[in-house]
Amino acid sequence: MHKEIQKGNGYWYKKGLRDGIPIAMGYFAVAFTLGITAKNIGMTPVQAAVSSMLLHASAGQYAAMTVIASGTGYLEMVMTTLIVNLRYLLMSCALSQKAGSSMKTGHRMVVSYYITDEIFGIASAVEGKLNPFYNYGAATVAGPGWTVGTFLGALLGAALPERLGRAFGVALYGMFIAIIIPPAKKSRIICGIVIFSMLASFLFSLIPGIREISEGFKIIILTVVIAGFAAWKFPVRENDTEQEGRADN
Amino acid sequence: MTQNVYFYLIVAALTLYAIRALPMTLIRKDIKSPFLRSFLYYVPYVTLAVMTFPAILHATGSPYSAWAGFIAALGIAYVDGNLFRVAIGACAMVYVAELFL
Repeated sequence: MHKEIQKGNGYWYKKGLRDGIPIAMGYFAVAFTLGITAKNIGMTPVQAAVSSMLLHASAGQYAAMTVIASGTGYLEMVMTTLIVNLRYLLMSCALSQKAGSSMKTGHRMVVSYYITDEIFGIASAVEGKLNPFYNYGAATVAGPGWTVGTFLGALLGAALPERLGRAFGVALYGMFIAIIIPPAKKSRIICGIVIFSMLASFLFSLIPGIREISEGFKIIILTVVIAGFAAWKFPVRENDTEQEGRADN
Repeated sequence: MTQNVYFYLIVAALTLYAIRALPMTLIRKDIKSPFLRSFLYYVPYVTLAVMTFPAILHATGSPYSAWAGFIAALGIAYVDGNLFRVAIGACAMVYVAELFL
């Protein structure tokens, strides 16, 4: 392949660690509240922590806890997990292209284990092709943030100063914004897509009949429709993505 | 319940891993279709925008402090773009705004 990944694995691992810190902080706060939920349905702190280690998906985990609490069966668990988390399938498709054909199967399998909204976000924002060590660095700090947060939430309950917890609630959204705004500044098409997506999402949350759609489904429907429309109307020229790939070298 | 909980979690974990790993491991080549390439190029922007708004408005104690955090994040991201500073700036803004509510 091309010399896409000229900077070493160490460079990317450290960069991942650094970018993972705000994710870990946001995760800690969100996971803490998830831990409280886990405790409320009767899970022990260890069970809550294990669920975070295995699943690391906020809405997905919440849905899994609902199934556990109602004890409706394993098939129900499979179906619920599929529906609530289907957006990861899209993210995985997008990352497969970001990874480039030089990334080996082993790395792909490990990277896949830690595809979350946030790590997908920072990984797609990397210039050029993706080095798996960037994801490993981010997961090294973000993973424990999520798991420890869940554990402590289930253990301590509502002991976190309330005002502080509320302030941290926006951390993850702040990161999403930091990922989408700089490219939107450079490209009017992306800017339009971002604004339109937010408006559409807002409308979906208002209109009766549509607002009952689960968050996971809403994300899938809007992503497929809006990204599909944009791809049809504003196809990315071949050299655009090439350029992007070269920018880092 | 204890036994059950772990079985349930393993079932959920396997399902989730399949969703995350199948495209990533099976799609090995660069996709050639301009439409699909463009589609996948736009996916992150749409997904992240849809997840952010209006969900951010319910992330704090009140919509007012959430709006303050949202606008602060947009502003800092516009001039700076550093993940950490945007996230912390938004949190700080919410904290300060809630002192006045």
